[in-house]
Amino acid sequence: MAAQPQRIALLGNPNCGKTALFNLLTGSRQKVANYAGVTVERKEGIMRTASGRRIQVLDLPGAYSLNALSNDEAVTRDVITGHSKEAMPDLLVCVVDATNLRLHLRLVLEARQLGLPLLVVLNKMDRAKQLGIAIDVQRLSRELDLPVVGTVSVLAHGADELKKALDEPLREAPPAHWRQPGVEQVLATQRDVLGIFNRTVVQPAVDKDPSIRIDRFLMHPRWGFVVLALVLFATFLAVFSGGDVLSGWIEEGFGALAGLVEGHMDDGLLRGLVVEGVIGGVGGVIVFLPQILILFLFILALEASGYLPRAAFLLDRPMSAAGLSGRSFIPLLSSFACAIPGIMATRTISHWRDRLTTILIAPLMACSARIPVYTLIVAAMFPNDAVAAALVMVGLYVLGIVAAMTVAWVIKRSDKQASASPLLMELPAYQWPDLRSLAIGLWERAMIFLRRVGTIILAITIVMWALYTIPSPRTNKQGAQRSIAGELGHALHYVFSPIGFNEQISFALVPGMAAREVVVSALGTAYAMEGEEGEVDEQLRERIANEWPLATKLSLLLWMVFAPQCLSTFVVVKRETGSWRQMWVMGGYLFGLAYLASFITYQLTNLFTAH
Amino acid sequence: MDPQAANTISLDQLPEAGWATVSGVAVPADPAARTLALRLLELGFVPGELVHMVRVVRPSGEPLAVRLGHTTFALRRSEAELIQVIPAA
Repeated sequence: MAAQPQRIALLGNPNCGKTALFNLLTGSRQKVANYAGVTVERKEGIMRTASGRRIQVLDLPGAYSLNALSNDEAVTRDVITGHSKEAMPDLLVCVVDATNLRLHLRLVLEARQLGLPLLVVLNKMDRAKQLGIAIDVQRLSRELDLPVVGTVSVLAHGADELKKALDEPLREAPPAHWRQPGVEQVLATQRDVLGIFNRTVVQPAVDKDPSIRIDRFLMHPRWGFVVLALVLFATFLAVFSGGDVLSGWIEEGFGALAGLVEGHMDDGLLRGLVVEGVIGGVGGVIVFLPQILILFLFILALEASGYLPRAAFLLDRPMSAAGLSGRSFIPLLSSFACAIPGIMATRTISHWRDRLTTILIAPLMACSARIPVYTLIVAAMFPNDAVAAALVMVGLYVLGIVAAMTVAWVIKRSDKQASASPLLMELPAYQWPDLRSLAIGLWERAMIFLRRVGTIILAITIVMWALYTIPSPRTNKQGAQRSIAGELGHALHYVFSPIGFNEQISFALVPGMAAREVVVSALGTAYAMEGEEGEVDEQLRERIANEWPLATKLSLLLWMVFAPQCLSTFVVVKRETGSWRQMWVMGGYLFGLAYLASFITYQLTNLFTAH
Repeated sequence: MDPQAANTISLDQLPEAGWATVSGVAVPADPAARTLALRLLELGFVPGELVHMVRVVRPSGEPLAVRLGHTTFALRRSEAELIQVIPAA
């Protein structure tokens, strides 16, 4: 008897529900990493078949064709044609959308040429029934000469038939003869697809998909934009108000923890390290977890529902004025949470210049790590005027967007042989987001963030605390001993004094390279304030309000809008573009822009406020 | 003369809410445009298929939303220009 499959890979068009199926099969037993050399997410998990065997499942990036146009598709092609370091799967599971067989069957016919055993999964069988689409599954299996099973990836038992089929012995694979197809071959395959489709599928004469009617409204030239504005407004409202409440609880928790430690430890260096360094530093960053997660919840839900591609459609025209296409919208929206997933999301953009431009401007979107710094300074500027504070915050966001569009426009203008940017994208049927997939998506984001906090941010906080605590051999003018951090700040301040930064700010920017939000706790440590998290914030705000001139506050805000204050972004730009040069271009232009903007702001403000 | 050739237009000329039958996709010699044309064929813009113009953004005439079978695609004019269609009477 032939062997049963041990390692399977899921292949399918984008929007076939493959990831939801993967989540249903593997649940929480999955691992997200990158394919060697590229940052296309590699999702692998363990599942149990009907008989209880544990087998490995690889979720390949969605692909319309093995004739790859994007990075995503190239990875899929390389894995299943044996041109990668991945082990070949012993069964290729082709997931097709039962409501869209005409489009999805073509990939099955192409995959049949690969020389791998194949199993076809008709996903979204429930929706096909609702739309009145009848599929003769047995006939389809005969026509394709492949086993075919039906699934509903959003139901708990929706994949039972598939789990049973995975216990069947592997069939012999057809001979391998896949080559890059030409026009004639594509047309011939399409004729085969149409033949099989016509013999196996009966569908109503009238397209019952409600998406068409919804689209007439959501993509309306006027109402479409009204809805989009409301959606974005609701998203950011939730991020700020909902995030605030949850952040408050986390802050209280860490405050209580610090109090507990202080009550049980003797005063000394070690207690300082634990309370100020570890609890203060890490807590200061973790408070932003709710805001990041709320933003990702909205992005994931909007994407799963099918709305985001419509938003990209609406924004295609405005964005083309800046030389981009609507395809850059989703990566840029994600960049408001964090530039790193934003930059990674550009991998679906097939046009290289568009993709590079999007990567280069993604750091200008006000990521959530800027929120604490903005909040601190703006609150110090307008302690009693919430409206003015909110307006300045909005202004900072808008400034980043305007700068990004201007930079994109300049890049396009400087490209001599500029070709038209492609848009070509599917607007998938609207659907309710699958809750399991939403939960898993959020869990992954939270883990990435917490891992970062637990490793790099924790390490930096401890090093910083040490730099502030260990005295330097030299003393300052007043005869007091300076810390090593003070010395560094003093040296840096020669670079930053033309833009109005004092020694404390100058030094706080250094750990801020690891994570912007650390700037706040670094300033706190620089001004050496004792006390719990919340109290530090308040004291810091007061000192900023009283001691920093207006020009310095404005200058630092502008700096935060533009400056490349995040090493992880550098790393991901290098990885995604495969080029050190692009990384330095990104860092260089952002640094230049930041210095220039801060310099002008500082000098002008001084001019107007001077008496 | 082929009576059908006379009323063949490129897809970007099809008015909003209009229906048409695909008659072919132009495959240019330029490699980038050729790849795009191949992709359009792979997505199903092949002779005989019925298309419906869901939305055209005016006055620029792009992007366009086109329904093909059970799928809606967003295209720019430069992409739609490659697709030849015969409008339904």
